[in-house]
Amino acid sequence: MSMNVIGKPLTRVDGRTKVTGKARYPADFNQPGQLYAALVSATVGLGRVTGIEGVEVERMPGVVALITHRNAPKLPYLPHKGIIDPAVGERLHVLQDDSVRFYGQPVAIVVADTIDHAERAAAALRIAYDAHRPIVDHADEEVARIVPGTGKADRSRGDADAAVAEAAIKVDENYDIARENHNPMEPHATVAAWNGDRLTLWSKSQFLVNEQAEIAAVFGLPIENVEVICPFIGGAFGTSLRTWPHVTLAAIAARQVQRPVKLVLTRKQMFFTTGHRPRSLQRVALGATPDGKLTGVIHEGTGETSRYEQFTEALTAVTEYLYSCPNLRTQYRLAQLDTATPNHMRGPGEASGIFALESAMDELSYKLGIDPIELRRRNEPQIDEAENKPFSSRSLIQCYELGAERFGWARRTPEPRSMRDGRLLIGMGTATATYPAFHAPSSARVRLLADGTAEVEAAASDMGPGTYTSMTQVAAEFLGLQPEQVRFGLGTTDYPPTPSHGGSWTMASVGSAIRAACLEVQSQATRQAIADAGSPVFEASMEVLEWVDGGLRRRGDASPGLSYQDILAKAGNPIEADGSAQRDPEIAEKYSMHSFGAVFAEVSVDPDVGTIRVRRLAGAYGIGRVVNPLLASSQCTGGMIGGIGMALMERTVLDVRDGRPVNAHMADYLVPVNLDTPKLEALFVDEVDPHVNPVGVKGLGEIALVGTAPAIANAVFHATGKRVRTLPIKIEDVLTA
Amino acid sequence: MAENSSEMHSPGPIISRREALQATAGAVALAALPLQSAAATSSPAGVSSVMAVSMTVNGRAHTLTVDPRQSILDVLRETLDLPGTKKGCNQGACGACTILVDGKRIVSCLTLASMHDGAEIQTIEGLEKDGELHPLQAAFVEHEGLQCGFCTSGQIMSGLGCIAEGHARSPDEIQFWMSGNICRCGAYPGIVAAVADAAERS
Repeated sequence: MSMNVIGKPLTRVDGRTKVTGKARYPADFNQPGQLYAALVSATVGLGRVTGIEGVEVERMPGVVALITHRNAPKLPYLPHKGIIDPAVGERLHVLQDDSVRFYGQPVAIVVADTIDHAERAAAALRIAYDAHRPIVDHADEEVARIVPGTGKADRSRGDADAAVAEAAIKVDENYDIARENHNPMEPHATVAAWNGDRLTLWSKSQFLVNEQAEIAAVFGLPIENVEVICPFIGGAFGTSLRTWPHVTLAAIAARQVQRPVKLVLTRKQMFFTTGHRPRSLQRVALGATPDGKLTGVIHEGTGETSRYEQFTEALTAVTEYLYSCPNLRTQYRLAQLDTATPNHMRGPGEASGIFALESAMDELSYKLGIDPIELRRRNEPQIDEAENKPFSSRSLIQCYELGAERFGWARRTPEPRSMRDGRLLIGMGTATATYPAFHAPSSARVRLLADGTAEVEAAASDMGPGTYTSMTQVAAEFLGLQPEQVRFGLGTTDYPPTPSHGGSWTMASVGSAIRAACLEVQSQATRQAIADAGSPVFEASMEVLEWVDGGLRRRGDASPGLSYQDILAKAGNPIEADGSAQRDPEIAEKYSMHSFGAVFAEVSVDPDVGTIRVRRLAGAYGIGRVVNPLLASSQCTGGMIGGIGMALMERTVLDVRDGRPVNAHMADYLVPVNLDTPKLEALFVDEVDPHVNPVGVKGLGEIALVGTAPAIANAVFHATGKRVRTLPIKIEDVLTA
Repeated sequence: MAENSSEMHSPGPIISRREALQATAGAVALAALPLQSAAATSSPAGVSSVMAVSMTVNGRAHTLTVDPRQSILDVLRETLDLPGTKKGCNQGACGACTILVDGKRIVSCLTLASMHDGAEIQTIEGLEKDGELHPLQAAFVEHEGLQCGFCTSGQIMSGLGCIAEGHARSPDEIQFWMSGNICRCGAYPGIVAAVADAAERS
């Protein structure tokens, strides 16, 4: 185990597959005899289907079936809740009754011989509704605000309200972050094929074993009768964590027509039933002493949910542990709306919550006349004061120091509107990023082959971070092989189960399981060598042997030792081992485990027309071990670009009359394009965390986005003197007082 | 609960791609074809709803029978089983379906196959020659010009167009001329580096 493959900037092992167009995403798995399905989405926001003029549509060219609630099979919908499904409420039962709960809910499927025939017929289907006005505006007074049924909604220590009221220096403001849609480049897609009562789904999923279990529950099938295959995901950012109704619909359609059916959502439909970052309304109140020590913190937030499920996210959680403060109170509520259930979107909760907190911290720094980094330094906690336990590692101040140096923070003049480039106003802002270091139980399989190479398998996913590559490195490291000698497979439920590919826990969880499987297979190889009368280590005790660079030898022996090939040549059969890993409960009891980072932004603002451009972003992160610096850097700069979207562009706008997303189009839902990309730099502080998990990683996907939006908003304030507390920040926000 | 209406709603207030094309650029080419209204019950008997087109795809000649409303993208993906070209939005707004038609980059989702009889088409599948990656493909791997890979085919085909047009003389220029291809993972710095690198080598 001295290969040091972990830490090397390898290019992607699947790079060639992707640049040649050979990577197959679910919609690319055309099946023999396949038909095409198109969904019909409700055009009212609340009510009932009262009439369907289906006869004419069924006669249209190529149409094979029209399925509505009137002829759809009644499905068992057995109870099932994966770790990713809301704990309270019941998922949408699709085509099981005439009710319409939100705009865009699927109300019919057309199956036809071609995409065009299916879409044509779906567009022609006329449906009558008994329509009511939905409530979709979070700020509407009629909205019911409820305490989440999951508990832990309110946390408190000391007396925050009194402390803020009595504080010498105060900030007390409200924040509003728009609803966002994930909008990955790849639309949701499912190809469903039945063989008797066995179902195969080529389906876009970040959580294959959950999709398998969910569809099995919906159709009342044994889990093993459902196979889910998804070797490549065209981006997801959380939207494919849950199994949405279209997967069920594709399976219904395929069963009805007794042929494989392909269903790909349209871009517009991606705004209806596949989750969204809920709009959040927040209040943050800070009290501080004149020298900048926090005395009181209040963070209240409300997120959107549907009427039928309670989607919760960690909106106020970071506030509890980020800074030292004896008096602190958080409160989390849900606004129940006539919309589809939201779900996690990159940096869920944390990204929204930290925008409010870090905007308020920045505002406080101006009131105090203290540099924003110095303010964080003065409130750096010794321990997690919410959990009352030490951090397994925490490098926030180191991140600020490294980031400030590389970014050139010292060049910033503190006064707003004090920096210019020609006629443009220049602003520099900074903000903290943080995300929990999660770890979920996972399993993996390793097979050593006679030629000395290894096959590694797990039902994991790769939506872009480079799971194929990084897991190859982990296996190579712990087997003592070169990466070229390891083939890592993912993306099928035939492989050992893993947790969802989200929450920044893939490397912690799957990586630790692969390590366990590698150590197990290695130990089996050792036993095989010891049992072999012709082997130089025959009857040696395990304790006197060691594996070095893929060679088994006696300790102290300088020879390369026995290779896997040597050992396997004798037996002739591959050696296979399963491994599993989960977080040590004792460690979890003892330590608070989080990643930390500091994000720096430079913006320019045109003083006359208010156009905002991000010119530079630098993020410094303490994330434990970096498995592949090349991929890690990509993930961070990509997350920062996502943060530009959150800060300046992304907003799903609903028509309050019927709940219709009015900008459900890639040209109207703005996301950063190439020309929006500033100079980007991702930095990693050296951080060794011996507690967090055996691989020593703390996760990267989410923290890469968290912190960017407040850093940009704080830079906009520095440039203009305008404090904008709504996202996205718009031109009119900086032009009006 | 103020409104309570019971009326027929057509689910498609937004005109479809095919209808838009029939109403605008496609109107000339399709003038001889019957326009089906959204409420049409069936196609009129005796009127042909398919037509023959010939096109060369990655050097291979094809004569195809297509629905005149079919996009080149759907013909590539569903008829010719060349799924390397991706459907990202089907609205001409994301660039994932970019291909080269007669050497020019176009979004294939907004291009009807029936309008390109005799065209020469290049897709991502045709770039690798004898097991050798095209320099731009190699540059995308080397410079991390991708993450999830879904926009990659379109980025590479667009990058070829960008270089051929002479719009790859500086990183700023590449950023401008590659902005029709969205990468939601945010691999833009690598994409610019890859196009710049390949442009220098070509």
